[in-house]
Amino acid sequence: MIDESKKSTSNNDENIAMSDEQQTIQNITDQEYKYGFTTEIEMEEFPLGLNENIVRMISAKKNEPEFMTEWRLRAYRHWLKQTEPKWPKLDYPEVNFDDLYYYAAPKNENAPKSLDEVDPELLATFDKLGVPLEERELLAGVAVDAIIDSVSVATTFKDKLNELGIIFCPMSEAIQDHPDLVKKYLGTVVPYTDNFYATLNSAVFSDGSFVYIPPGVRCPMELSSYFRINAAKTGQFERTLIIADKGSYVSYLEGCTAPMRDENQLHAAIVELIALEDAEIKYSTVQNWYAGNKEGVGGIFNFVTKRGLCSGNNSKISWTQVETGSAITWKYPSCILKGDNSVGEFYSVALTNNYQQADTGTKMIHQGKNTRSLIISKGISAGKSNNAYRGLVKVNSKAENARNYSQCDSLLIGDQCGAHTYPYLEIENPTAQVEHEATTSKVSEDQIFYLNQRGISTEDAVGMIVSGYAREVFQQLPMEFAVEAQALMAVSLEGSVG
Amino acid sequence: MLSIKNLQVSVEEKPILKGLNLEVKPGEIHAIMGPNGSGKSTLAHVLSGREGYSVDSGSAHYKGLDLLDMAPEIRAREGMFLAFQYPIEIPGVNNTSFLKKALNEIRKHRGEEELDAIDFLGLIKQQMKLVEMKADLLKRPVNQGFSGGEKKRNEILQMAVLNPTLAILDETDSGLDIDALRIVAGGVNKLRSADNAFVVITHYQRLLDYIVPDFVHVLSDGQIIKSGTKELALELEERGYDWLIEKAESQV
Ligand SMILES: Nc1ncnc2c1ncn2[C@@H]1O[C@H](COP(=O)(O)OP(=O)(O)OP(=O)(O)O)[C@@H](O)[C@H]1O
Ligand SMILES: [Mg+2]
Repeated sequence: MIDESKKSTSNNDENIAMSDEQQTIQNITDQEYKYGFTTEIEMEEFPLGLNENIVRMISAKKNEPEFMTEWRLRAYRHWLKQTEPKWPKLDYPEVNFDDLYYYAAPKNENAPKSLDEVDPELLATFDKLGVPLEERELLAGVAVDAIIDSVSVATTFKDKLNELGIIFCPMSEAIQDHPDLVKKYLGTVVPYTDNFYATLNSAVFSDGSFVYIPPGVRCPMELSSYFRINAAKTGQFERTLIIADKGSYVSYLEGCTAPMRDENQLHAAIVELIALEDAEIKYSTVQNWYAGNKEGVGGIFNFVTKRGLCSGNNSKISWTQVETGSAITWKYPSCILKGDNSVGEFYSVALTNNYQQADTGTKMIHQGKNTRSLIISKGISAGKSNNAYRGLVKVNSKAENARNYSQCDSLLIGDQCGAHTYPYLEIENPTAQVEHEATTSKVSEDQIFYLNQRGISTEDAVGMIVSGYAREVFQQLPMEFAVEAQALMAVSLEGSVG
Repeated sequence: MLSIKNLQVSVEEKPILKGLNLEVKPGEIHAIMGPNGSGKSTLAHVLSGREGYSVDSGSAHYKGLDLLDMAPEIRAREGMFLAFQYPIEIPGVNNTSFLKKALNEIRKHRGEEELDAIDFLGLIKQQMKLVEMKADLLKRPVNQGFSGGEKKRNEILQMAVLNPTLAILDETDSGLDIDALRIVAGGVNKLRSADNAFVVITHYQRLLDYIVPDFVHVLSDGQIIKSGTKELALELEERGYDWLIEKAESQV
């Protein structure tokens, strides 16, 4: 059975945080925001597994125009010919793609009925991060029927954005309301043929964010996908598309610091960014999906394709990511520097603990003249985890005077974890200047003792040392996000020392 | 305030402290001298709770508390301070925020209100004058890229801000130029009161011209072989340690 009723909640998975200057407004609205959610949790009957019919059903369910359905089907047919990549330094059980739901999954019988049934450690973490009580159940995946009703604050901001001609809405809405833009840009940076997971996402993507900034407009606030409640159910195959037209600027925040549980173990998201001439996009992520328990059981497999295209001259794309969650992370936010003088940046902190595995990094593809890229990667491994940096710097033959600087550091906590660095260089133009530096260090007992001797607990000491180590990356985050992210580091490393 | 009885400590099965006794009362300054490798830093580390030492017997009480039973951060919050012989670098961690955190941990422990950034800056500016430290060192990461002397001054600055009850200075004078030595000593003298005490580990009697000790102890091969007043330091300067060590051995 297909429930044809359209979800009334489609625009609540977006929210907006304000820039520094608008702090006051934010404080007021934050309070509203915390309680201001409308959510309807519906029971969806959707068959297990994937075939053409399912793809059509997904598209039909969303009332998509013909071109979208066809695009999804092309992706699906291509996917059938592909196999899962095996090159990452990751070790995980085979995913049975016939045993997954490809549309908002029905309620899980095994979902905890109340917080009493939830892993007490997860609850303790919520405590430390100060997650409001009413959000805990949802984050922990408790099967609640609660309807938290009130008007979404998002609408207030939407009016403001509308005045500037900024479009910020769920992808599903953009497909309905702005099909020309979607048609023009979707899949132009990450084609559906790109890689196994991207192809799968293209066939079955659920929802995500769509942003369009018109020429010359500087988006006055941080746009944020602070998907807290509704979007938790659509997180599996998210798809985000951000277009910054000529001379525009936008800063976008994705994720949230509270640990998120999801019944869907496999996540394969796509983010596409397009910066036209003189435009700039800053994209910041804090990823904290459930990482599994201390023994490595459960946890999300996170296979993400993120790519930005600096299509115009003098454009700039900057990725900042703080990765602490997921059992498995496979993710390489990349920049294609096509426009002359365009700039790509990648700032990353990837922390793994217990049995987590991360294979992450970036690709900087220099195509235009005088293009510059900067890579700052800070890996932190604790417990029995494995953390790999994999980065490609490619300078095409026509990219005169391209420059890259890469700094890839690894920090080890304890002696059972691993850190690996795989820098790849493909230089086809002799004028390129490429510099790579790498270091590996350990959190030393001397450092911890020094801080202990000043009255600071071991837990806080490790948090401080790690934040200090990753400071260059945290500095790139909007202030509030940076503070939360540092708290998150400390919590994620709990029990890893001493 | 501090009472150490027959303390025996070993590292990796190797005995380092071999029955050490020491009594420190409020208001006193004790100097500990002694040859390299005699166990001075070991004593300082054991008292402040560093891992890796095994206490084989004996006891150490501080303000009546069983010191050896307490976590290092609790000892610190109870007012114990160690100025490190080799201060540690913490890359990326801002010197000011580190010190603010430390002070607030101690204040919290005492049930006092935490200082906010403004009050803290007020306090630290005042204490910086005491050690004549350059302001830019506060903005830098903890000890990172500091010169040897700057590191030592930073230790004294931390001591001045944290205002400990019992401070152990492990060769704080080593590596200091004459001016710095005077400044560091001046800092100690200003902090000195009837309620706190200092244990000053040093190789040079010169420091003791500035920080005048009530007692001087000679630590050799894990034991205090001689205690005296500041005149003992002068005598050591002149005669070295050998005569004392020989004497101690002949008494065994
Ligand atoms: N971790 C360790 N492993 C092995 N031996 C150690 C360790 N720590 C200290 N020792 C030994 O213990 C002895 C005492 O060392 P300690 O650092 O306490 O001497 P000290 O009196 O402070 O010397 P100095 O005047 O050179 O600073 C030395 O022989 C030293 O080599
Ligand atoms: Mg020493």
